Amino acid sequence: MSQLTTNYLTPTGREEAWRFTPLKKLSGIHDLEVPVSDRISLSAKSDLPKGVTLSTSSSSDHPPAYVASDIVTNRVRKEVKNVTVLAIENNLELAEPIFLKRKCGPTPEVSRSIIQVGINSRATVILENNGVGKLGEEIEILLSAGSSLNFISLQEWDLSSVYVAQHHAIIGKDAQFNSYVVSIGGSTIRMSPTVEYTGTGASAEMYGVYFATDEQHLEHRIHVNHSVPNTKSRVNYKGALAGKGAHTVWIGDVYINKGAEGTDTYELNRNLLLTDGARADSVPNLEIETGEIVGAGHASTTGRFDDEQLFYLQSRGIPAEMARKLVIRGFFAEIINKLKNEDIEERLMARIELELSRVGE
Amino acid sequence: MSVLEIKNLQVSVITEAGNKEILRGVDLTVKSGETHAIMGPNGSGKSTLAYSIAGHPKYLITGGSVTLDGNDVLEMSVDERAKAGLFLAMQYPVEVPGVSVSNFLRTAVTAIRGEAPKVRTWVGEVKEAMASLNIDTAFSERNVNEGFSGGEKKRHEILQMELLRPKIAILDETDSGLDVDALRIVSEGVNRVKANSDLGVMLITHYTRILRYIKPDFVHVFANGKIVEEGGPELADKLEEQGYAAYITA
Repeated sequence: MSQLTTNYLTPTGREEAWRFTPLKKLSGIHDLEVPVSDRISLSAKSDLPKGVTLSTSSSSDHPPAYVASDIVTNRVRKEVKNVTVLAIENNLELAEPIFLKRKCGPTPEVSRSIIQVGINSRATVILENNGVGKLGEEIEILLSAGSSLNFISLQEWDLSSVYVAQHHAIIGKDAQFNSYVVSIGGSTIRMSPTVEYTGTGASAEMYGVYFATDEQHLEHRIHVNHSVPNTKSRVNYKGALAGKGAHTVWIGDVYINKGAEGTDTYELNRNLLLTDGARADSVPNLEIETGEIVGAGHASTTGRFDDEQLFYLQSRGIPAEMARKLVIRGFFAEIINKLKNEDIEERLMARIELELSRVGE
Repeated sequence: MSVLEIKNLQVSVITEAGNKEILRGVDLTVKSGETHAIMGPNGSGKSTLAYSIAGHPKYLITGGSVTLDGNDVLEMSVDERAKAGLFLAMQYPVEVPGVSVSNFLRTAVTAIRGEAPKVRTWVGEVKEAMASLNIDTAFSERNVNEGFSGGEKKRHEILQMELLRPKIAILDETDSGLDVDALRIVSEGVNRVKANSDLGVMLITHYTRILRYIKPDFVHVFANGKIVEEGGPELADKLEEQGYAAYITA
């Protein structure tokens, strides 16, 4: 793995990491020549519970906790003067989720945030990305020993929005990180949910759902770095596509380094093409440097909702539009139901069905 | 009392190499309570008849008419035909990824009946129908036809027929690929629906085996895209002895 930390250059599209991304649609977030604002775009949706704070402070007080190879992440680090810090103190058990909302401006901007989960604390953080925006972002998620975090990021952007983000979790000893990524809105989304482990017994479950329609580009680049003994990862992303020019990219990179004996990992990506003219790229990648592991596997499938399936459902009285909805609901239910929030689940399915009904318009 | 009336039906199959004529003028009337066996050699057009009545998009109607109780079936969309009371049990039921059997059945029944079935009675209704077809209740959570064995697919077709309560059902080679036990279970299912609902049945088959379980009132011999001989149950006995050779012209 190459580590590009200094002298980074604007990508041209020929780089392996950028070959799928439509650079022209990024509004210059990746382009060092295009100026970006560093306004604070993240805030709490309601009062925070006791023991939780959201503040901003100078980025010089918060040097990056890991080496980033992504060009946009490095740009964010360079441009952002003030970072947003969500801190959850030690030994806190939060029953209710913490909601963070996003408010972007009309011009390209960057944002850097840090989420700190204290020792043995348990919390759910829900990040709601919506509205109009052109945002490059890094979120650093630090899970202290024995902690547990459900981190849900919902991309319900306006259909004109651009979002390039790296959400990097550093998982401490015996900590549990559960990531849920839902991407529906936005013109172009390129998200890199990445994790690394700093202590044994650490575990990550990473789930994702994406639905792309006409001319939408939704890219998810998962990276799991097993470098200490006895850690676990599970990745399961499901995507559906409908309409001309709908494009999704899923990259699943899992590395099991020399010192990572006892690693247990499995990653899965399933794509469902609902109409012609859509394209799903899926690239699972597993690199193993030690044989002393519990298990390592990956699978990727891309299926098609075809005329025969449509005929079968219709022949049972189900109208064509409802048949597509049925298929899509069933397909996504496995992951959407894991959010365990009925309001959000219904809202997401309604948005998916609305976009489905507009395909080809 | 329902009547499915097929008059001088002519159908071509749409292929990349052009359209090919399959049905060459089929006349057939099926009424409630009647069972019609459509028998014929492979390639005679029996399945084309079934699929064109159901409205499969790969068939082109070039002439004739199909009506159900006087309503023009050929003008209806596929789902409208099902709502009007037609049911096709398919020879090769299609796998539908992501849709569980329970969700599928509930959605179909809601569409056909025009309202969602009441949760309390619905669960019992499905359980009972599944039990009588020897279908494990764990089936409900599986995706439609995905990974089903041949026999499971056919029983699942009859389960749908039982729950959707059609007026006229077309069973396309429902007996194919079934062992004796599965054939008996499936046949009993058809007979039970007939007994309970005055269902009219068009039973398409190559073999006489299923007719030991489902007794036809009429037997039609199908060859080269049309009906070439008609009679009562005794005609099936004759076919059992003599085969289709007499009907196949070079």
